[in-house]
Amino acid sequence: MAEIANLRSPAEAGLSKLFESARRSFAAEEAISREEAFRFFEATGLPSRRVEAFKYTDLRAAIAEAAPPAEAPSLDAAKAAVGVARGFAGIEAARLTFVNGHLVRELSDLDRIPEGVTVVPMGEALAKGDAALKRLAPVEQARENPVYQLNTAFLADGALITVAPGVKPQTPVHLRFVGTGETPFSTATRVLVQLGADAEFSLLESHEGPNGVTIQPNDALDVVVGERAAFRHTRLNIEGDATIALSTLSLKLETEASVETVNLVTGAVLSRHQIYVHIAGDDTNVVVNGAAMLRAGQLADSTLLADHAAVGGVGREQFKTVIDGDATGVFQGKIIVRQVAQKTDGKMKSDCLLLTDEGQMMNKPELEIFADDVACGHGATCGAPDEDLLFYLMARGLPRAAAQSLLVQAFVGESVEAVTHEGARAALIGEIEAWLKARG
Amino acid sequence: MPAVQETIDRVRSIDLDQYKYGFETVIEMEKSEKGLSEDVVRFISAKKNEPEWMLQWRLDAYKRWLTMKEPEWARVSYDRVDYDNIYYYAAPKRKGPESLDEIDPEILKTYEKLGIPLREVEVLEGIAPERRVAVDAVFDSVSVATTFKKELEKAGVIFMPISEAIREYPDLVRKYLGSVVPVTDNFFATLNSAVFSDGSFVYIPPGVRCPMELSTYFRINERDTGQFERTLIIADKGSYVSYLEGCTAPKRDDNQLHAAVVELVALDDAEIKYSTVQNWYPGDNEGKGGIYNFVTKRGDCRGARSKISWTQVETGSAITWKYPSCILRGDESRGEFYSIAVSNGMQQVDSGTKMIHLGKNTTSRIISKGISAGRSQNTYRGLVSAHKKAKGARNFTNCDSLLIGDQCGAHTVPYIESKNASAVFEHEATTSKISEEQKFYCQQRGLSEEEATALIVNGFVRDVLQQLPMEFAVEAQKLISISLEGSVG
Repeated sequence: MAEIANLRSPAEAGLSKLFESARRSFAAEEAISREEAFRFFEATGLPSRRVEAFKYTDLRAAIAEAAPPAEAPSLDAAKAAVGVARGFAGIEAARLTFVNGHLVRELSDLDRIPEGVTVVPMGEALAKGDAALKRLAPVEQARENPVYQLNTAFLADGALITVAPGVKPQTPVHLRFVGTGETPFSTATRVLVQLGADAEFSLLESHEGPNGVTIQPNDALDVVVGERAAFRHTRLNIEGDATIALSTLSLKLETEASVETVNLVTGAVLSRHQIYVHIAGDDTNVVVNGAAMLRAGQLADSTLLADHAAVGGVGREQFKTVIDGDATGVFQGKIIVRQVAQKTDGKMKSDCLLLTDEGQMMNKPELEIFADDVACGHGATCGAPDEDLLFYLMARGLPRAAAQSLLVQAFVGESVEAVTHEGARAALIGEIEAWLKARG
Repeated sequence: MPAVQETIDRVRSIDLDQYKYGFETVIEMEKSEKGLSEDVVRFISAKKNEPEWMLQWRLDAYKRWLTMKEPEWARVSYDRVDYDNIYYYAAPKRKGPESLDEIDPEILKTYEKLGIPLREVEVLEGIAPERRVAVDAVFDSVSVATTFKKELEKAGVIFMPISEAIREYPDLVRKYLGSVVPVTDNFFATLNSAVFSDGSFVYIPPGVRCPMELSTYFRINERDTGQFERTLIIADKGSYVSYLEGCTAPKRDDNQLHAAVVELVALDDAEIKYSTVQNWYPGDNEGKGGIYNFVTKRGDCRGARSKISWTQVETGSAITWKYPSCILRGDESRGEFYSIAVSNGMQQVDSGTKMIHLGKNTTSRIISKGISAGRSQNTYRGLVSAHKKAKGARNFTNCDSLLIGDQCGAHTVPYIESKNASAVFEHEATTSKISEEQKFYCQQRGLSEEEATALIVNGFVRDVLQQLPMEFAVEAQKLISISLEGSVG
């Protein structure tokens, strides 16, 4: 019964080399343990389909070569890239602009941050060993994820955002990630958001870049939501068509905290958005929505783990996937209800519309329940647009294509509706309409 | 249907030690040497007077097995089986009964105690003729009796121990054996292929509706033995058969292995209905002893418009690892899976199904009801997949879990893979406890808490019980109530 050891792939070997050479530039004493993170990654390697959590998204096969970490771009290049960036443009917000994974102060509103909110650029925080760094990676399960650990190992920039207790800023903060360049590169950013008790905070996050370049962003957002605090998060992935986008969102909720996070994906050739939710306090409320609209050749993976470890948590998770051409949609969701988490009310749903015969959808909604006084459920559906509904619309004079567009828009719209911030919601709907228009 | 009072009385009548089939029959046995080796495989094959091809088939499986690893992905934890410390063959010493009178009376008594009618006359006395059931009784490694053989022969139905079928119908067996569950399928199936000693073989000729229900009763009796039976059912074009399977074992402190393989083949327009009431010894309340039930069951809807339906009531076994599946190859074929899995004490169940849609307009339906009580863990694991060519495939899945007590766990792990747009898949799962309101409503009408729970549980599993043949349904209902004894209040 021989053990079979995987040979290291060229990308894995490349990452080891890159880590060795990057090591020199890391500060000697850091609050983050890059070495440990990289050793963890080296032990697991790039996850292949043999790893259960990556069954449908084989990163080992998808990442042929490890792209080198991006250098900070020149200000002119950054300005040019940001000039054409459209993600959440026009919405009033305090912007933190990252070009190729590096914070560009000149293009950020560091002096216009709302009162009661402090922002420390990650570079500064790492250099002075900011105490808040200890609060990174608030969810234990995320620390067992090789993608997340890779982000820690190569962490280049980001920000520490702290919202003081009771503060409810009117304007959101916008994390604007823009890529530029003609040769492949990778980025690793991490943003930590801490909400004090009774605070309310909205965060917008957009990711975009040029077509045709194999950019490999690996972004992480860590959020700790204090007692009775409310965190709202709207994320938009409109990356270029050759980008391999990996991202992790870790959320920890204290008592009576609430979270709303909505992610829309239309970009990237391969994207994987991992969401870890740790319900640490009683009576929390979580809404996690996702929508993916995919064209030929794309793969989008939404992976969610909601760990209820406190009483009375309410969770609503809704994912919508629209698949055109030979695209692949993946949804993996797991609700864990620990024995202490009585009265948990969790509902998870993944729906998929397949517009062509070539597309495919992989659904894996899981429940793991150790408490008896709970009401948990999950549902998954998959199929082509309903012919009866199409007929109904066409009978009212709409051409078939327009009728289908209308149905698709209504279908995806359901998960986007949850966005509280009006401007952000309109921006997502705009992206949905643009996708449908481009499809014709 | 719910027979509530009867259920309650029955629960009451049984003392704390609820497993009533836990007795042991003392009988002289012939066994292979302990452990597994090429010699043991040869020994088993020789015992069965098998042809050379069969021996070769077993040896290939054995060699393959040596290279395989025990699967670890299921949500069960148990002390690994020591494969060198098991008898792979155990048979009652008295040989080859020509008629029931020649069977060791101890064995007959055992089946009597289990309520399995081996004497045809008893069946005739007890039950109306149209509800007769032909029984193949397997005691440890061998089949001891098959009833109603003559009558079945008249209809052209072949129903006999597989060891006999290998000798009498080698072409049929050779054609179909391992064609649904290949020798290399998985660790336990490969082990079974190497060492299986008996099981049932059924062949229904074209256009024949099997005149009675066929049944196999499996009994593990001997200590330190594994039971490895193999069942092969072939329903030729346009035929129909309903097959029932029941299992029990004595109470022991150590764990025993049961690794069976069941293969079903349905050709054009044929239908197979396979029902199981699995009641292997589940171990005591502290998790000591009990059967490891690692079973591979798969049906192949090979022909157009064929249908395979699995119905299972799982109440026994310390560990269950079992996924009765359907390969829907023929166009417009249909697969069904109805399951009730009840776990109590320290039992662990990881069970579910696979519906693999390959043909056009294939349909499948999965209804799974899991009930966890005590400190047990109950997992539903299932796959529904539609191949690119499976145009118009449809699936509906419903898996509900009920938790009784706060020490147990209920888990759902479904995989839903759709590779074409015209396939329509719907999946829903819920987990909840027995609603206080429902219980209050029943208690207000004079039922005790235990009665109310039994009534609600009966309602919860009704969809599945309705799929069982009548006698089985009654037995299953009683079993469920017994299994849940002590979990209320």
